[in-house]
Amino acid sequence: MTNTTIKRVYIFKGFERFWHWAQALLIMVMAVTGFEIHGTYSWLGFQTADYWHITCAWTLIGLWVFAIFWHLTTGEWRHYIPTTDKLMDVVRYYSMGIFKGEHHPYKPTQVRKHNPLQLLAYLGFKLAMAPLIWVTGMLYMFYNDWAAFGISGLDLELVATLHTLGAFLLLLFLVVHIYLITTGHTVFAHMKAMITGWDEQEEEVKEEDAS
Amino acid sequence: MLYLSIKKTLQIVFGLSIVALAFTVQAGTTTADHSKFVELKGPFESGPAVTKACLQCHTEAAKQVHQTKHWTWQFKNEETGQLLGKRNVVNNFCISTQSNIGACSSCHVGYGWKDDSFDFTSEPNVDCLVCHDQTGLYDKKKLREGKVSNLAKIAKKVGETSRTSCGTCHFKGGGGKAVKHGDLDPSFDAPDKFVDVHMDADGLNFTCSTCHTTDAHMVTGSRYAAAAKDTTGQDYPGKKGDISRATCVSCHDDQVHENQKLNDHIDKVACQTCHIPHFARGDYPSKMWWDWSTAGKMGEDGKPISVLDEAGNEIYNSKKGDFTWEQDVVPAYRWFNGTVQYTLPTDKFDPTTIVEVNKFLGSADDGKSLIWPIKLMKGKQPYDTELNTFITPHTTGKDGYWKTFDWPSAMEKGMAKAGLPYSGKFGFIETEMSWPIAHMVAPANEALACKDCHSKDGRLAEIKDIYIPGRDNNDWLDKAGFILLALTLAGVGVHALIRVFSRRQQKQGGV
Repeated sequence: MTNTTIKRVYIFKGFERFWHWAQALLIMVMAVTGFEIHGTYSWLGFQTADYWHITCAWTLIGLWVFAIFWHLTTGEWRHYIPTTDKLMDVVRYYSMGIFKGEHHPYKPTQVRKHNPLQLLAYLGFKLAMAPLIWVTGMLYMFYNDWAAFGISGLDLELVATLHTLGAFLLLLFLVVHIYLITTGHTVFAHMKAMITGWDEQEEEVKEEDAS
Repeated sequence: MLYLSIKKTLQIVFGLSIVALAFTVQAGTTTADHSKFVELKGPFESGPAVTKACLQCHTEAAKQVHQTKHWTWQFKNEETGQLLGKRNVVNNFCISTQSNIGACSSCHVGYGWKDDSFDFTSEPNVDCLVCHDQTGLYDKKKLREGKVSNLAKIAKKVGETSRTSCGTCHFKGGGGKAVKHGDLDPSFDAPDKFVDVHMDADGLNFTCSTCHTTDAHMVTGSRYAAAAKDTTGQDYPGKKGDISRATCVSCHDDQVHENQKLNDHIDKVACQTCHIPHFARGDYPSKMWWDWSTAGKMGEDGKPISVLDEAGNEIYNSKKGDFTWEQDVVPAYRWFNGTVQYTLPTDKFDPTTIVEVNKFLGSADDGKSLIWPIKLMKGKQPYDTELNTFITPHTTGKDGYWKTFDWPSAMEKGMAKAGLPYSGKFGFIETEMSWPIAHMVAPANEALACKDCHSKDGRLAEIKDIYIPGRDNNDWLDKAGFILLALTLAGVGVHALIRVFSRRQQKQGGV
């Protein structure tokens, strides 16, 4: 017979948690205002939506400057070095094992806080989606200064379309991300970890050891 | 001692105030009191007699006026090569001046233009008073009928032009109050701030010439050669090459908003587009439709009739046909680079379409155009069904349509007088004509908001060659994006259900 105990590991540091939740809020406000600017619906009004979209964009740019600095100076960037180790195990877990009550094949540690699948998703977010939406967003914002920046051969429609593409990718990311945080050993376990910094990990223990 | 010095100070302050007041009163008035001029003592037996008196001192004035469109009614557009001006163009109001010049010239700055024999080099034939009258007593119509009155009184009081003197013709273009322009009407005699922030009689109190600056009688800011996009920036004393203040930028520069994003719009959008949200914003509706094809219906007594709507606007007149009038009108919007291409009486057109009497040229990418608000005047007017050209009907005078109600004769006479080829066969064709909207500048809080254009079916629905956020989107991307979003939501939903279901089974199995 086996049983489980809970082990607590400090995974997410203070700045990281702040960065995560601030970014989450900003991205969600930008999604809501962005799709209004896009013309998908009318709620706040174009002017208000535009104001908050731009304000949040600049705030998030500021936040990212700090985050990049933090990652580089603390060496935290190493968490995002991709790996295929245990990748297929994680894929198998989410597609089958999770339904059979199996335990997650990967245990986050302070050295490796993300599982390999999660890591790839975040890397994709940081290296593909974010740059796409940032670059197109900045071009969009500084549309009138393209000539001064020496940019030619672009048109607003292309930039706007790519920006919208980035927005859809982020939206899909957000849906899956929010769903996957419910897949901890309890529904709110992962969320709690990102709030307190402490990850609660289930550990299998032999009954005789436990007694 | 102290008491005395205070008293003295008060005296000095009082004295200076009087001097300052005197200067204030002096400012804006002239150094010459025309009522003291012996030349203007009168009496004057005719208009030209007054002009002769004026010319004794203002020796160059008539020669200057001779150079202006106000005198020649002629304008050569170097961009298109077209010979324009009132003498040459056709419109869809009273149509044409050619054979009707005897009547139309009631708005000419001269005396006696009845036919081709008019001497355009005559100096006494320049009408000084129609522009420079300050009494409001000058009545050109009466003068043309040979009734002379008050000329000496008017001559003694002459001065700068006023809104009212310009408005004598320009507020009544097209044959009546507010008919033609849409943004110029008698509301401007004494407008309030709502009608026009600059002309507000109790505020800035601009006259027409405050913006339409004039040099040697040459008035700037003509719509025949419009400064659609003023790239020369703010004007100031000493600046060379631009004496016209007839653009917003002349005073406001092009970086006027605190919000930089609003300033950014100036590369594509004329100031007028946002700041004149409607035209005919004053006390008068403007004519929007004029259908000549229905003219000629008589009353039961066989006499010409006039039909008014509930508001008192004439909606039918036997001489002219059907009209519609509108107030607070949302303008149409067009790219405009300042050049207007006319369909002249000599130009053929395609009669299966709505004919553009004039067309504002411009596009998103010529670098010279802005999106302008316009009044789009529509109607039906006569044309030669064989030659597919406009007809310039003879409407005025004893043998004109307004007396004879005989279309074939009016067409024939009008074309003959204009020296234009005419097949003898006529019909009526639907036309539209563009008029730039540049007056009736509203207070800032009345200006358009972002959503007026940045929305589906917004104001710029007709401007198709630019991408407008909030209006435009890539349909394929939006469809694919929302389908993927729905599939993802469904995917996680199914995943969650299987989790819940399998956990319940495991718990049941475990028990």
